[in-house]
Amino acid sequence: MSGKESGYLDMELLRFTTAGSVDDGKSTLIGRLLYDSKAIFEDQMEAIERVSERSGHEEVNLALLTDGLRSEREQGITIDVAYRYFATPKRKFIIADTPGHIQYTRNMVTGASTANVALILVDARHGVLEQTLRHAYIASLLQIPHVIFCINKMDLVDYSQETFEKIKSDIDAVSSKLSVKDIRFVPISALKGDNVVDRSEVMDWYDGPTLMYLLENIHISSDINHDDFRFPVQYVIRPQSAEWPDYRGYAGRIASGAIKVGDEVGVLPSGFTSKVKTIDMMEESLDVGFAPQSVSITLEDEIDISRGDMLIKRNNGSEPKNSQDIEAMVCWFNERKLMPRGKYVIKHTSSDARCMVTDIQYKMNINTLEKNEEDKEVGMNDIARIKIRSTKPLFFDSYSRNRITGSIILVDEATNETVAAGMII
Amino acid sequence: MADDSISVKLYCKTNQLIMDQYRINHLKELEAESIYVIREVAAQFENPVMLFSGGKDSIVMFHLARKAFWPGKVPFPLMHIDTGHNFPEALEYRDRIMEETGTKCIVALVQDSIDQGRVVEEKGVNASRNKLQTVTLLDAIENHKFDAAMGGGRRDEEKARAKERFFSHRDEFGQWDPKNQRPELWNIFNGRKNMGEHFRVFPISNWTEMDVWQYIYMEQIDLPSLYFTHKREVFNRDGVWLAKLPFMQLKDTEKVETLDVRCRTIGDVTCTGLTLSTANTLEDIIHEVASTRTTERGGRADDKRSESAMEDRKREGYF
Repeated sequence: MSGKESGYLDMELLRFTTAGSVDDGKSTLIGRLLYDSKAIFEDQMEAIERVSERSGHEEVNLALLTDGLRSEREQGITIDVAYRYFATPKRKFIIADTPGHIQYTRNMVTGASTANVALILVDARHGVLEQTLRHAYIASLLQIPHVIFCINKMDLVDYSQETFEKIKSDIDAVSSKLSVKDIRFVPISALKGDNVVDRSEVMDWYDGPTLMYLLENIHISSDINHDDFRFPVQYVIRPQSAEWPDYRGYAGRIASGAIKVGDEVGVLPSGFTSKVKTIDMMEESLDVGFAPQSVSITLEDEIDISRGDMLIKRNNGSEPKNSQDIEAMVCWFNERKLMPRGKYVIKHTSSDARCMVTDIQYKMNINTLEKNEEDKEVGMNDIARIKIRSTKPLFFDSYSRNRITGSIILVDEATNETVAAGMII
Repeated sequence: MADDSISVKLYCKTNQLIMDQYRINHLKELEAESIYVIREVAAQFENPVMLFSGGKDSIVMFHLARKAFWPGKVPFPLMHIDTGHNFPEALEYRDRIMEETGTKCIVALVQDSIDQGRVVEEKGVNASRNKLQTVTLLDAIENHKFDAAMGGGRRDEEKARAKERFFSHRDEFGQWDPKNQRPELWNIFNGRKNMGEHFRVFPISNWTEMDVWQYIYMEQIDLPSLYFTHKREVFNRDGVWLAKLPFMQLKDTEKVETLDVRCRTIGDVTCTGLTLSTANTLEDIIHEVASTRTTERGGRADDKRSESAMEDRKREGYF
């Protein structure tokens, strides 16, 4: 199995999110990426051709590929996050396709939470709109490492370099207020295919990469925090079998950093220290484990460790903060508004605790990026900075340093629903 | 070919090369994600179960579960919802794997639901027990008091599945409300529920058909022989090749032929379409999947019933 297939086994996984409405040409763009990478199959194509014809569309409506629920198809809108998959010989891609309207902020936040890259579509005819800003802010809030602005529908503005440059500088002016590490701009026409997979023959003034080239080559392996070893214990494996009478493995997914056999680790909250004996992945024993691997770690000493505890490496750099008081930016997801002094369940890595919202500092206007310290009513799709006190200490990093140990969700005890997602400051 | 497969294996076993760069390939990353989800189920629920059909997706899911708890045993039972319309090879495989791994497998029979009058068998030549499985499944979940049932569903299979969460909440009737799903962020899963409700969990949500085959190849996982080419008596119904087994009713116009076929999915015989294929090895299958132009569910008569067939079945509590 040489050549193509063994190459396939060496693919890297890239997750990206797309926000926007049908008007931006988002569905057309996704349709083109899927179609050009042969991820749309004949029977899927036939099915949407059938439906398009029945509902009177002249062209095949590629949005039907992503709108999976009956009510979405009936209303012609995307309600929920849809996940789409395609692959090229270099990478496997997971698209979290989210609706871009303001009432769906929560879906954008959800899609953004695991993304390496955000694609933000801008209609070249309209330039930077309120929603462009909103999408950029969410990408920044969720710390998506790479943002690609696709200036779409260039065919409708005569492929004008001037238009492209104007939009680019408008976005540059705004993005100084945001904290996105890597911003790119690509002039495209999703409909005609310019600079999506193939280089545009018309826009000879653009000498940058195509969108597909960026998606295939953008450097993502350093997006993960490789410095701070953090290992939230998820499950304790104790076979107590004849073959493994004393095996005691701490199972979990390495949140960040790396660990070697023999390394000294600290245990939170007990504060004990031990050394790594083995790092196991079924019958494979690893010398080094690193994020985002799922492993089972055994230690030299017998220490009482259970789910919710965390193994860390002390000797390089910062330790996680160990506190009951947390400040976070939260996005509210529920029709039941945030109750000031309200009690919720906070979930953080493998830890659960009860908590109380002790203060609402301000609400963010995500269309103007202004802070509102007057109106503190936090409802569905609102973003606010709050203070939380939990009933037990949590071990956390700031979200900007660590997306796994810096994130929380809040659960309403009355309904069991996830009511908020939070980024720890 | 032998040399190449060893080198692929070594690449994964030693990990040294990729470790220097602190990166893993897409299959190892998917594996790590799925193992994380399976462990989360074991930690968050009191009485979980893993659904096992003998198809490749549930075989991969079970393989991941064994990895997740090694060297311990898988801390939950498996459950097979058995329509009675099986390929004998799939049952043989199921029984052999359970014995080899010392795992308990509960078999819930659709026939029992029929005998108890819980469901009524469909009539006519297109009759299938596929839809009846939902009742058997929900009854079994209730009888055994399971609070989470893991399934091998993948989001790339079908467009209603593309909207599915890893942790998918079901009300006390076992129903799915796709418009009112809990948001799922990062790797934090909310498995809280009221009495009588349960969760469906899909650990391999993010895998594609190709990923599953590549992973089976990478890990050299044993599969039922049905996935490889074999000669079989088949007949064609509405463009789909179906196996001629004793309980299949033929129309007058349908004639039985013996052809080289293999299964692309394994489900209830009455609605599992066979692929004309001479693929004999995992490498052949990967080539075939890479060049094929129809989805694997294209051969599933159960999805062809209407545009929303899958969504409707899922709402009622289907897998």
